[in-house]
Amino acid sequence: MTNALEIEGLTKIYGDGFEALKGIDLHVAEGDFFALLGPNGAGKSTTLGIVCSLVNKTAGKVRVFGSDIDTHLSDAKLNLGVVPQEFNFNQFEKVFDIVTTQAGYYGIPLKQASVSAEKYLKKLGLWDKRNTPARMLSGGMKRRLMIARALVHEPKLLILDEPTAGVDIELRRSMWIFLEEMNRQGTTIILTTHYLEEAEALCRNIAIIDHGKILKHTSKKALLQQLSLETFVLDTEVPLDAAPELGDFHTRLDGEGALEVEVQKGQGLNQVFVQLDQLGIKVISMRTKANRLEELFIRMVEENAVDSSKSVEGAA
Amino acid sequence: MTPHAMFTAFSTIVIREVRRFTRIWPQTLLPPAVTMTLYFIIFGNLIGSRIGQMGGFDYMSFIVPGLIMMAVITSSYANVVSSFFSMKFQRSIEELLVSPVPNWVILTGYVVGGMARGLGIGLIVTLVSLAFTQLSIHNLPMMILTVFLTSALFALGGFINAMLATKFDDISIVPTFILTPLTYLGGVFYSIDLLPGFWQGVSMINPILYMVNGFRYGILGVSDVNPFISLGMILFFITVLAVIALKMLERGKGIRH
Repeated sequence: MTNALEIEGLTKIYGDGFEALKGIDLHVAEGDFFALLGPNGAGKSTTLGIVCSLVNKTAGKVRVFGSDIDTHLSDAKLNLGVVPQEFNFNQFEKVFDIVTTQAGYYGIPLKQASVSAEKYLKKLGLWDKRNTPARMLSGGMKRRLMIARALVHEPKLLILDEPTAGVDIELRRSMWIFLEEMNRQGTTIILTTHYLEEAEALCRNIAIIDHGKILKHTSKKALLQQLSLETFVLDTEVPLDAAPELGDFHTRLDGEGALEVEVQKGQGLNQVFVQLDQLGIKVISMRTKANRLEELFIRMVEENAVDSSKSVEGAA
Repeated sequence: MTPHAMFTAFSTIVIREVRRFTRIWPQTLLPPAVTMTLYFIIFGNLIGSRIGQMGGFDYMSFIVPGLIMMAVITSSYANVVSSFFSMKFQRSIEELLVSPVPNWVILTGYVVGGMARGLGIGLIVTLVSLAFTQLSIHNLPMMILTVFLTSALFALGGFINAMLATKFDDISIVPTFILTPLTYLGGVFYSIDLLPGFWQGVSMINPILYMVNGFRYGILGVSDVNPFISLGMILFFITVLAVIALKMLERGKGIRH
């Protein structure tokens, strides 16, 4: 199967000497729903910016559906749709004009562009706002406008940089459904997000990037299998004064008096309840402290931070 | 991109530019008409009647070509510099950068958009001037060629200014401190024959002098310089600025990190 995106040895050093990308390799298969995760400043937006021609690379190769951006940039761009993190449309233009103008940049005549714009504006619930200047839209509508604009030329690869940042839960869920539908219809999707539950819910493959290096590049399933520890938060009927001893399970009280229990891979959760029952502690509700991917992500990034500081000390 | 797709992209840019300056017509189309009317009344009618003849024509007829050219130069420049910088500022330039439009099509689209405003203003000012004097055209091809090329040249200048600008102040510095003095000293209001020899020589290094006189030759048939040298100068500057603008686009100067 063709790769939608291939990145080899991608390096970016900004004018001030900051090395944002340190020779990363990445590939995304056609039809994939792929998440690029990392803390702020990790290099996610720089990577996507280079793929979309918004950032000049220092070294390395980028191919979009086999088209090298150094030699076949136009072909690569024709296959790409981009939804950036920040609003980047003319706030004074009308919604319909923004979408059809973008289609025009891809060489699509107005008549054909109007049909495509209508299709996506309707799908994204913006058709009633087509004659409204963009500045009059709510934040959620502006995000949806950027998605409609990115899709108007029917790209094979859709790149979304934090598409649901600042969007309420209801709208976020409806955007997930829309993106899943696009992916089912064959569009390869790459997204960056801070909401790790979003990546866990939507994506099949994941790369974690930090300090300009890829820490992990694997399937979500394989990644989650590495999760050896999960923390559960138990709300008890009677508030506890101290964390009870539960054998092999590590326990502590959180700031609000709820009991946190760490469960290792292979340990049965029912053992926790048996022991709590023996101690006469009644549990009224339970939740995971963070979603599974978040636990892994935090651990990897923390470990990388420790490794980085060690190497700095070593160099000093 | 196929040639047809490139033409669609080009016309999209031009249409968007025309839509922009017509949408804000009280800021773009009206002010030059008002300003030039005042020039015609004050310099042409009131003061001009005391000056007498200049270059063999009454003063009003003499300054009309220069004033039309002044409006064309200012408007062509202002349209591109403000539109392109505003796209940079709002980051909507990214819409173009992610698309497959070649750099030369982007540049041509903006230049033609700037020319549309410059030439539109030129037409408005010409119509206003007809209320004050009669215009007889001496050499129509020369007149049209000069005004079109001058408009293109200053649209290119505006584009480069917008590429280099990092804040709004930067887009007013060149028009205020370079363009306006050069225009006023470019023979709009006087013939350089009136100047002492040294200052005539200095005037000859002002590119706007060639444009004003080339256009004046097209309308009145008189010029301080050879009109064909004027055309040659304009074409030379267009080539130089177009190469600079394309190089800047290629490197992403001010628009790509």
